Amino acid sequence: MKFDVKLLLENGISFEGIGFGYQKIGVGEVVFNTAITGYQEILTDPSYDGQIITFTYPHIGNTGINFEDNESKQVSARGMIVKNFCDFPSNWRSKQSLEEFLIEQKVICISDIDTRHLTKILRDEGCKVGAIYPTKNFTDEEAKFEIESFGSIEDQDFTENVSVKEPYNYDKPKNKRTFKIVAIDFGIKENILRILQRMGGDIEVVPPSISAEEVQNMKPDGIFLSNGPGDPQVLVNPIKEVKKMMQLDIPIFGICLGHQIMSLAYDLEIEKMPFGHHGANHPVHDLKNNVVFITSQNHNFAVAEPNNRNDINITHRSLFDNSIQGIEHNEKPFYSIQCHPEASPGPKEFETLFKRFFEDMNA
Amino acid sequence: MPKREDLKSILIVGSGPIIIGQACEFDYSGTQACKALRDNGYRVILVNSNPATIMTDPEIADATYIEPVNWQTLEKIIEKEKPDAILPTMGGQTGLNVSLDLATRGILEKHSVEMIGANKEAIDNAEDREKFDKCMKELKLETPRSGFAHSMEDAWEIYKEIGLPCVIRPSFTLGGTGGGIAYNLKEFEEICMNGLKLSPTKELLIDESLVGWKEFEMEVVRDRNDNCIIVCSIENVDPMGVHTGDSITVAPAQTLTDKEYQEMRDASFKILRRIGVETGGSNVQFAQNPEDGRLVVIEMNPRVSRSSALASKATGFPIAKVAALLAVGYTLDELKNDITDGKTPASFEPTIDYVVTKIPRFNFEKFPETDPRLTTQMKSVGEVMAIGRNFQESFQKAVRSMENGLFGLSSVLKDSEGNGALKLELSTPGEKRLWYVAEAFRRGWSFDEVFDSCKIDKWFLHQIRELIEYENTLLELDLADLDKVKLLSFKKKGFSDARMASLLNVSEEQMRKHRYDLKVHPVFKRVDSCAAEFDSSTNYLYSTYEQENESVVSGNKKIVVLGSGPNRIGQGIEFDYCCVQAALAFREEGVETIMINSNPETVSTDFDVSDKLYFEPIVTEDVFEIIRHENPEGVVVQFGGQTPLKLTDEFEKNGIKVLGTPSSSIDTAENREKFKSFLSEFNFLQPENRIAQTAEEAKIAVDELGYPVIVRPSYVLGGRAMELIYTDKDLKNYLTTMIDISADNPLLIEKFLDDAVELDIDVVCDGEDALIGGVLQHIEEAGIHSGDSSCSFPPYSVGDTQLHVLKKEIKAVAKKLDVVGLMNAQVAVKDGKFYMIEVNPRASRTIPFLSKCIGTSLAKIASKIILGKTLKELGLGAEIMPTNYAVKAPVFPFNKFRKVDPILGPEMKSTGEVMGQGDSFGEAFGKAMRGAGETIPKTGNVFVSVKDTDKRHLPDLCKKLINLGFKIIATKGTAKALEGTDIKVKTINKVLEGRPHIVDAILNKEINMIINTTEGRQATKDSASIRRSALEHSVFCTTTISGGFAIVESLEKGAKNWTFKSLQSS
Repeated sequence: MKFDVKLLLENGISFEGIGFGYQKIGVGEVVFNTAITGYQEILTDPSYDGQIITFTYPHIGNTGINFEDNESKQVSARGMIVKNFCDFPSNWRSKQSLEEFLIEQKVICISDIDTRHLTKILRDEGCKVGAIYPTKNFTDEEAKFEIESFGSIEDQDFTENVSVKEPYNYDKPKNKRTFKIVAIDFGIKENILRILQRMGGDIEVVPPSISAEEVQNMKPDGIFLSNGPGDPQVLVNPIKEVKKMMQLDIPIFGICLGHQIMSLAYDLEIEKMPFGHHGANHPVHDLKNNVVFITSQNHNFAVAEPNNRNDINITHRSLFDNSIQGIEHNEKPFYSIQCHPEASPGPKEFETLFKRFFEDMNA
Repeated sequence: MPKREDLKSILIVGSGPIIIGQACEFDYSGTQACKALRDNGYRVILVNSNPATIMTDPEIADATYIEPVNWQTLEKIIEKEKPDAILPTMGGQTGLNVSLDLATRGILEKHSVEMIGANKEAIDNAEDREKFDKCMKELKLETPRSGFAHSMEDAWEIYKEIGLPCVIRPSFTLGGTGGGIAYNLKEFEEICMNGLKLSPTKELLIDESLVGWKEFEMEVVRDRNDNCIIVCSIENVDPMGVHTGDSITVAPAQTLTDKEYQEMRDASFKILRRIGVETGGSNVQFAQNPEDGRLVVIEMNPRVSRSSALASKATGFPIAKVAALLAVGYTLDELKNDITDGKTPASFEPTIDYVVTKIPRFNFEKFPETDPRLTTQMKSVGEVMAIGRNFQESFQKAVRSMENGLFGLSSVLKDSEGNGALKLELSTPGEKRLWYVAEAFRRGWSFDEVFDSCKIDKWFLHQIRELIEYENTLLELDLADLDKVKLLSFKKKGFSDARMASLLNVSEEQMRKHRYDLKVHPVFKRVDSCAAEFDSSTNYLYSTYEQENESVVSGNKKIVVLGSGPNRIGQGIEFDYCCVQAALAFREEGVETIMINSNPETVSTDFDVSDKLYFEPIVTEDVFEIIRHENPEGVVVQFGGQTPLKLTDEFEKNGIKVLGTPSSSIDTAENREKFKSFLSEFNFLQPENRIAQTAEEAKIAVDELGYPVIVRPSYVLGGRAMELIYTDKDLKNYLTTMIDISADNPLLIEKFLDDAVELDIDVVCDGEDALIGGVLQHIEEAGIHSGDSSCSFPPYSVGDTQLHVLKKEIKAVAKKLDVVGLMNAQVAVKDGKFYMIEVNPRASRTIPFLSKCIGTSLAKIASKIILGKTLKELGLGAEIMPTNYAVKAPVFPFNKFRKVDPILGPEMKSTGEVMGQGDSFGEAFGKAMRGAGETIPKTGNVFVSVKDTDKRHLPDLCKKLINLGFKIIATKGTAKALEGTDIKVKTINKVLEGRPHIVDAILNKEINMIINTTEGRQATKDSASIRRSALEHSVFCTTTISGGFAIVESLEKGAKNWTFKSLQSS
């Protein structure tokens, strides 16, 4: 069912469009993602908690929703913005239309607006907090109030919303040789778990509140720090615990938020990027092997350039803006990556990065 | 890794003439490659026989050879130029095949020429179906169940395994020539036999039929560090069964989830690596079972292609340029992405925020004998592309770019035609299948019924259905009911003013006025390869109905150049060449140039060529919106052929200035009555003519004029439906079957000048002075369409005095006609008298050829004159005289159309042209024939059968042939004409005279050359099997007596004595 809907940004710019999905107000930081395929994976990526996603590709919903491609059980994004909303999907795996899914997941969508214009605003002025709301249920004033109450993404811990509360053991791998991995869940994407398991990971998924001591007691072969939403700097306790874990001499591998947490544990600094990296076409330069990977990216924070550090190496950089994409420890088996080697959506060529984790655990 | 320093000079192989399956996309890619390599300090040697290309302009390469693209010529050029490397991937299948020949014959090794971009092994792996299949098996990728046949026996064996229907593809043929789908045993045998004949390796691939599967294409680029990127994915709207060149396609793919897309991406990279494409661009084609997602690899091309040109235009990522630089050692991360002003590297994957639709353009109406159904063999002659912010908008914009009179999904089925006819159209696709899909929805067919009949993916069907629902709501409305919001909802879906007007039953002008009143106008968005993630100042733009307008209007003096739209027979690359020249000239003069065009294959739609490129339909509505926004000095219409010229009236009416020759002159030249009186003060006769509005009037007219006559509908392009008529019976036949004669559609009947010599004259005029560009003599006599006639520069059988008089007169005509820019005149010479056939105050098809001959760009001169320069100011007074002979020869698509009689006539049928140059007419003609892919036999049996009017020339021709060592075989009638001479003739039966007859002799390989001229419909029909058999068995055949004499001249010169000179050295 279509309805009248509005998008209001914190700077007062607004767009009127056609609403789809669940009729409620959605408030969050408005970001844009330039991937052409993979809206199902993007929507179900827990890292988008607290954000509203603008899809720059103008047809969204074409392949509906299937039962295999979710990255988590729920949609964490607070809303979606598209140019053309497709309510007539066609794909052999499609089980549900995007609209049915949004209603089920209680997510609002605004369509039929100039998404390119919006993207350029976000690009030029930086990400903005915004609200999508059905105009028959909400006034602009109410929306403005909600935007103000949302505050800034920087002071909030969104990982609480999307991480596991109690530890659990992920499906056992079928491999002969298995590795015990403690995966700290800040909002982990399902495909990371799938890959770790496929490569022989016997994974204990644990909440962010876990202590180094508890991890040690599990006697893992390796520690994995997951991706997740929001600003890493608010995760004071996990950073402290990761610092302690680094004393254990167990291989540690971090992706995205996990990479930022490890960087903070190395006492590096974190910067907020103007509009972040969200897409599936970003070139990342592997400095050691001098090859370029096309990667999936989703982050609004980046590790700042370190000063005179001999203990760590920068291993990867973005060829778009030269920002740091990968860091490893000089001596210890710690390494981390900003982009998403697990893809989903996006190119899978960087999956090779997981290999190293297993080699380190095997060493 | 930086570029290779060990290479100094690189040979680039062009693709030769425009043919079906190989069009001006290779001019676009080749030009990019030449420029990129030269900019990097390499000496570039170029070989291409096609003079109508930008790449063969002398500024583009260091040494340009307009010579036949075959290994023999290339060997000579390699010996002379000693290049360090050869780049075989820019010249389409031709470039690849010729390079492979050079490698196989050891020529490259002998001269230490390295093949870069793709090596022999990679080409072999990709092109040889058996090897390709093996590679795919190793990669555990599925290919269709299939088998290879080298004989008919093999073929029957495979048939037993895979059954029918099945797809048959001969190896190493272009655009799938000779391939097809067999649904029954008869077709199976026919296609296999034909394919075995056409394949240079006598090899067929017989595949299980995947008809109805979804089809996708991935455009891949790889560098020598093994960095791979996908530039673009393309989805075919037409499912498997239609050649991808003939399919409506969409970029990016619309109906793939990320998982499926990534599966194709990974498979594409694996394939490039396994096939061995070390650097450069390739495309990989996949089929996907819509039921279960099963993925099957169809083929890959280890070179830039038509689809890579489309992908480049669709994304703004210049694949050919990048591929050329990767071939000399650069890696992707070392190259900059031009469109973001170098802010990002080339090592990324373009992402787009719009939808691109390509629609192929066909010319079936010119080949009425052939079956106009689409199959796995490509038959389209051109294409359009359009960009929109949704599929519907881009599709409807593409529809009106086609210039076939359709401005939307108008009804193409007569009301009387039933659902049976509709069902047939849906299941056996022709060029208008989507219109029939629309019709089915209009008639209330259920969604599933439509899907079951055509198997087009439901996503696309839904889009079409929705458009029809929108159309239906308009039928209920009056123009006044259409408020701003409602109107916008239509415009956002791409509905044209014209289509909406016809549904609302108002005129297009009324519709436009209403829209303007409501202030509903499009905005313009940039193509930037990154979905606005990075700032770009590149002015590559398209229109859409949205909020923000990104087209910033400058305060500069600016001029709009209108392109020529889709390639079609009669209007091809020659006009794009002229448009590009105009853009370059304007930029040289410091004027901002705005290009509008809809053809993705062209150089003119390279965003580098103009200051601003609008990729838009060239129709009133879209052009007006651009002009409204840009407010240019004026519009230039004289370079793009009929497409822009047609709009001249509309421009005038709406106060838009047409630069150059005033439109009143265009009118004078085109209006027969006005032209007649205009011409009265010059020394030209006109062939007597009449206009008939009924069949009766036509008969009376012919009686007055006397046979033979040329008949044609009054306003036509490329001689459409033009015919030479010799008898009452032919006339009656023409009037009843070929055209609907009426007051609105009158017929022009003209006395045919039998045996006249035809001349083409191009002239540049500044209003005061005129400069003769050159006079070309047609080799075929009058009556053959000028575009299909070979021609010689300078004329080879017209006296200097006569030419002098003619030139003077033509200059006077140009001045009197107030021509500012280019003018072309066609003149027939008979018995020492000049007959003016027509005058076109615009760029003609011969401009690029002539410009290459005289080494001066006539289109550029004309452009500067349009800006107000005079010939005097440009220092141009005297005509440039040629130093050698050049012959332009047309190239025909007869081998793509089964059952078509390969005979020449007043209706144009050629798709492209080649140029041959030499010290003598004979050498130039011989080279042109070679360039056109013909091999003139040096000796053997010549079969001659000529019409009565040619018989007086026969003894002379035959004597010359005998002197060259040929034996003459003739029909009884023709042999009679040689009685009384000492010429020895063997007679042979005509087909109707009983067996063994001439076709038997052709099949038995007893005939080496054919000279066959006919007149009259019946005689032509009776002898068609001779020409068709000759075509199918590669027997050299000419259908004019003057062609016969030209052959003799060329043989007298002998190919041994040919010399090869680059344009720059002469």
